[in-house]
Amino acid sequence: MQSLEKTQTRSDGGVSMKSAMPWIFSAVMLVLMPFIFQSNSAITIMNQMAITIVFALSYNMLLGQGGMLSFGHAVYMGVGGFVCVHVMNWEIFGSIPLPLLPLLGGVFGMILASMVGYFSTRKAGTVFAMISLGVGELIAACSVIIVVFFGGEEGVSGDRTYGIPFFGVEFLSQIEVYYLTAGWLLISALLMYLFSRTPIGRMANAVRDNPERAEFLGYSSRWVRYNSFVAAGFFAGIAGGLFAINYEILTEENLNLTTSGSILLVTFLGGVGVFFGPVVGAIVFTLLQTVLSLETEIWSLYVGALFVATVMFFPSGLAGVMQLHIAPIKLGTWRLLVMPYIITLVPAIICILGLSGLIEVLFHARHAAIGETEMTLFWVTFQHTEILPWVVFAVMAVVGFWLARKNAPQMMDAWHRANKPDGADT
Amino acid sequence: MTAALEIQGLRKSFGQTEIIRGIDLSIGRGERHAIIGPNGAGKSTLFNLITARFPLSSGSISLHGRNLQGLAPYQINRLGLSRSFQITNIFPKMSVFENVRCALLWAQGYRYSFWNMVSRSRALTEGAEAILDQINLLQRRDLPAGVLSYAEQRALEIGITIAGGADVIMLDEPTAGMSHSETDYIVGLIRTVTEGKTLVMVEHDMGVVFGLADRISVLVYGEIIATGKPADVRANARVQEAYLGAALEADH
Repeated sequence: MQSLEKTQTRSDGGVSMKSAMPWIFSAVMLVLMPFIFQSNSAITIMNQMAITIVFALSYNMLLGQGGMLSFGHAVYMGVGGFVCVHVMNWEIFGSIPLPLLPLLGGVFGMILASMVGYFSTRKAGTVFAMISLGVGELIAACSVIIVVFFGGEEGVSGDRTYGIPFFGVEFLSQIEVYYLTAGWLLISALLMYLFSRTPIGRMANAVRDNPERAEFLGYSSRWVRYNSFVAAGFFAGIAGGLFAINYEILTEENLNLTTSGSILLVTFLGGVGVFFGPVVGAIVFTLLQTVLSLETEIWSLYVGALFVATVMFFPSGLAGVMQLHIAPIKLGTWRLLVMPYIITLVPAIICILGLSGLIEVLFHARHAAIGETEMTLFWVTFQHTEILPWVVFAVMAVVGFWLARKNAPQMMDAWHRANKPDGADT
Repeated sequence: MTAALEIQGLRKSFGQTEIIRGIDLSIGRGERHAIIGPNGAGKSTLFNLITARFPLSSGSISLHGRNLQGLAPYQINRLGLSRSFQITNIFPKMSVFENVRCALLWAQGYRYSFWNMVSRSRALTEGAEAILDQINLLQRRDLPAGVLSYAEQRALEIGITIAGGADVIMLDEPTAGMSHSETDYIVGLIRTVTEGKTLVMVEHDMGVVFGLADRISVLVYGEIIATGKPADVRANARVQEAYLGAALEADH
């Protein structure tokens, strides 16, 4: 019994090899990434990814952990970032080591959250969502009113290299900034994870599920929400500080509803129910945003479609889908899934490619400069006036859809069998 | 000795309708008190008034001699009063173990701590497991509470209610919608977990009421028409007329 209890306690989240492994693995990956992707643009993308991850994790402290749907979370990141970029322009910056700057952003994000949270966390649900929207709009509007702080339309810029060198590092190159950002990412993610394991973090889940019952257990739902809100503001501010260091400029864009909305999208895409969900969401979204936007002008159409599909078909997000596969892997029945997945998902991908091909050709035909009929898609160059590309894409879409539709029941069947312990036999 | 729960001149109106029409009730320490009455008599409303789920219109309620006027539910809970609900009210997405552990947090002094790891506290883990053992749900420990059977959810609800160690326990129809064997199980459970505590319960099952309660109050149309020992209440002519005659007949 003694030993049983010990293992139970450990598997519950105490420090053990098993619970530390994902963190050690992440740390090693963060160190190695720049050696795998060496180009400057890759490092820029990774920096952006890391900032988005911190921001999305902080957002999920509200949405996933606390059940608070915010439409104005960008404000706390933005204000943290603005403070940091202002500090860069002050005399005193010469005596502050740059790696400490995000902490200042965090403190200011937290101060703002502690003021707004005072009235916004009274109720969850629609009331909270509307107040967050209002405050978001209010502060975004302030950017053109309080020009001293928000710098009006052109924003505020600074120079990160004026800080005192940190062990001889002046943060002139992207790679140095990468390691600074990665370090903060790891620290913030670990702290946010640990927060979810504390009494207040556990009660945040309880209040999310049933605020009234939590009240009858001695906890004020409002105060529990307030604590999560302030903590989320702190980590959003850290993300803002990292943004300031990376881009050395902050504008109204960092505060506005578009940014607040896209972090909701990122978090939901990744999955709100799993701690690492927002991490997956941030990685996928940043890749789509950067890589896809190089390929097509209408990339946001595809991101929007992906979001709608996620909400409709996988409400637990990408991480949720990943987690569903743990059971078949543990049961050893995952082999049952391989073939059904191939015969369903490959046609589905062909269908999607066909559809996007049609959209691209149509978009080019409608919006290209007059007389310009040549376009390149999927490494093939053709004229949009030709009939063949239309036919090819249409056939791809229809046949892909038909095949995927035909094989989908097989996939569902395999899925059910794979989730039974005796799956192989039945 | 002050009473565990003292209610004086309690009234409650919803708009024009007066639901609770002047209740005086004193429940002693360690007493098992049942509140019975026909549907719509205001039993659940009385519960909701005592626990500050609804604000009262007039009158006073005191717990161990302390007036509860103006306190929020969580403050009343901290004074040692805990309740369950007529409709199962648990944390459906959290595990069974997590449900009970959350119920222990305040009582064990963790308050709004963000510097303790819940999983590192032996007292929390063992306390929660002891409760799970008591309510016979140790086997269901890691399941989401929402997937438990109805009787199991009711048992969990009682587990959550008693976990914090409150000395006044209020149960709102703990056996509602249960089969005979499930009812026996829950009654046995209530008997053991409320040992030495004050119990206030609303119940329709007369077998449960007369088997468990030390004293009974009969609530009819927002007024208590009789309070006393089970035998006295059973013999009371007004009670017979207003409620009990019909209820006992239906029970047999």
